Amino acid sequence: MTTLRPEDQLVKVTRSRRSTLWTSIGALVVVVVLFLFPYAIGSGTLGILVQGLIILTLATMWNLLAGYAGLVSVGQQAFLGLGAYFVLIPAMHGITPWAGLFIATAGAAVCALPLWWLVARLRLGYFAIATWVLASMVMLIVEQISSIGGGTGEPLPGLTGMDPAVLTADTYWAALVVAVLAIGTVYSLLRSRTGLVLTAIRDDERAARSSGVRVGRARLLVFIVAAAGCGAAGGVLAIEQLGVTPGTSGGVFSVQWTAEMAFAVIIGGLGTIEGPIIGTIVFMVLQQTLQSYNAWYLIVLGIVAIIIAIFARRGLWGTLDERFNIRLFPVGYHLWAPGERRGRKRVPADAVPTDAA
Amino acid sequence: MAWVNAIIQGVLIGGLYALFACGLSLLFGVMKVVNLAHGDLAVVAGYIGVGVIAISHMPVLWSIPVVVVLMAIIGYILQRSLLQAAITRGELTTLIVTFGLSIIIENGLQQFFTANSRGLGVGDSFITASFSLGSQITIAWLSLGIFVLAVVVLLGLQQYLSFSKYGRLIRAVADDREAAQLSGADYRHVFGIAAAIAFGTVAIAGICEGMVTTISPTLGTDTILLFAFCAVVIGGLGSLWGTLVGGVVLGVAQAIGAQINPSYETLAGYAVFLLVLVVRPQGLVSQGTAS
Repeated sequence: MTTLRPEDQLVKVTRSRRSTLWTSIGALVVVVVLFLFPYAIGSGTLGILVQGLIILTLATMWNLLAGYAGLVSVGQQAFLGLGAYFVLIPAMHGITPWAGLFIATAGAAVCALPLWWLVARLRLGYFAIATWVLASMVMLIVEQISSIGGGTGEPLPGLTGMDPAVLTADTYWAALVVAVLAIGTVYSLLRSRTGLVLTAIRDDERAARSSGVRVGRARLLVFIVAAAGCGAAGGVLAIEQLGVTPGTSGGVFSVQWTAEMAFAVIIGGLGTIEGPIIGTIVFMVLQQTLQSYNAWYLIVLGIVAIIIAIFARRGLWGTLDERFNIRLFPVGYHLWAPGERRGRKRVPADAVPTDAA
Repeated sequence: MAWVNAIIQGVLIGGLYALFACGLSLLFGVMKVVNLAHGDLAVVAGYIGVGVIAISHMPVLWSIPVVVVLMAIIGYILQRSLLQAAITRGELTTLIVTFGLSIIIENGLQQFFTANSRGLGVGDSFITASFSLGSQITIAWLSLGIFVLAVVVLLGLQQYLSFSKYGRLIRAVADDREAAQLSGADYRHVFGIAAAIAFGTVAIAGICEGMVTTISPTLGTDTILLFAFCAVVIGGLGSLWGTLVGGVVLGVAQAIGAQINPSYETLAGYAVFLLVLVVRPQGLVSQGTAS
């Protein structure tokens, strides 16, 4: 940031037009309340919340990929599945699945490196199908290894004998920690220099490139973080299901996982941190309401996602933000015009000096 | 001899893969649209074929033109409504819409037709008929027929794009949408025609797949879309004859893989796909002949 000239001293730059103090306190209160849930509600509801937190983690990662880095991956189920296996394999050798969650996160990130090298030069549609092919390939390779269950899967050892209520509560806490860390990581990543780089790429890739922005490195970082997050979610899934089932229909490598995370993001709002949270809530409500009708929830979600993609591109949260200018997790900047105060109507764009934007 | 047999079978199955791939390649060449619902639409065509045969009791070969016409109409309508709306809003929206469509179709088919697989023309004598070359090589008439059909379809497409009125319009719109629009060609209508043709090839692909093996709701994404994409990339983006080259290379790779170990069939195909992606990303046929 360059030093401000005297006449610019009136201009103030903040992260948001509104104070984030109250929303920060609010977010903290919500997290604390969520942590206390196992003392108040039953195992059945907790189990559903665990599924919701897994989807929330996945959606947050998909949003980082598609919403901020323009990487529409249809192969995130590869990292979800790898994460599940990175919990299973150490558990078969006596390492507790809780510690396995760290291995899942790191392992998925490491696997992302060679896979990125294969698809790095592809854009949009071709990137989407290529990641899908890679996910299918990862599944086929994993299914060849008979010592970890081959094509049929393997139950998760290491947690047998635990009181079911305690296990559910512990799983819930693990899922909650993973989800909060996922959102926190994405939030701080976007507020860092990388966030600025990603915004520059999104606005004009060629201009960013010619200004010396390392486009490839920023995308690689996003791809690895997203893989790590999906790996952690896959680890939680293995613990929640007490086993790992491969395969494309109903297993960890099913493209339905990517469909669920993508639909949640699109409905909630692509390119906003709040979007995946809203989208996950919509997703869980729909899934629980329609659960007696097999896969109909996914069909309804798909239809809603298509309608929103066409008629309200910024999703539910984006539409709210447009109207009321609220942001719980501000990652951009707001430039205060001379004399502009909180609560007043936004000054027209031409009244705002543009050189600092 | 077993290896020669594997390679011959691979080449022949490559014709089917070329049929999978040419619709995908055409839509990308003309509209820059990567249709993620491509495979599921082929499965839909297969199920329409099942329905047409069940209602009219016509032979499976006669059902092909009927399904092609039906799918072409569906393609035109879908392009003019949903896909056009998505294209106007950008590539990201197009991807989201076609991906959504893919998931809706796959799960919808599962709801209506269950996950069971269905064959087309089961019991017809030509499905199982074959002839022998020497003592160890047996070639099914159906595989040979589909390969010839693929060549005829590609040849027809090339002739159509090169010489017909709409073919020229399609190429003009693919080259420069604005300029074609200024010259009086309504690009939306031309996109619709291109989609109708692409969906027609998808219909042929779906029925052929149903005759060669069986169709099931998950086949569209597990097999058809991914194989089509592999064939397009191996052959070269936007090249019509490249899809045949890509399909044949993919088919041979899979056949050789299966010869080593039956569970390596699909993996061997993907391995060649990745090799081409890394070593020769422009594909084996770098200069396209059409679209």
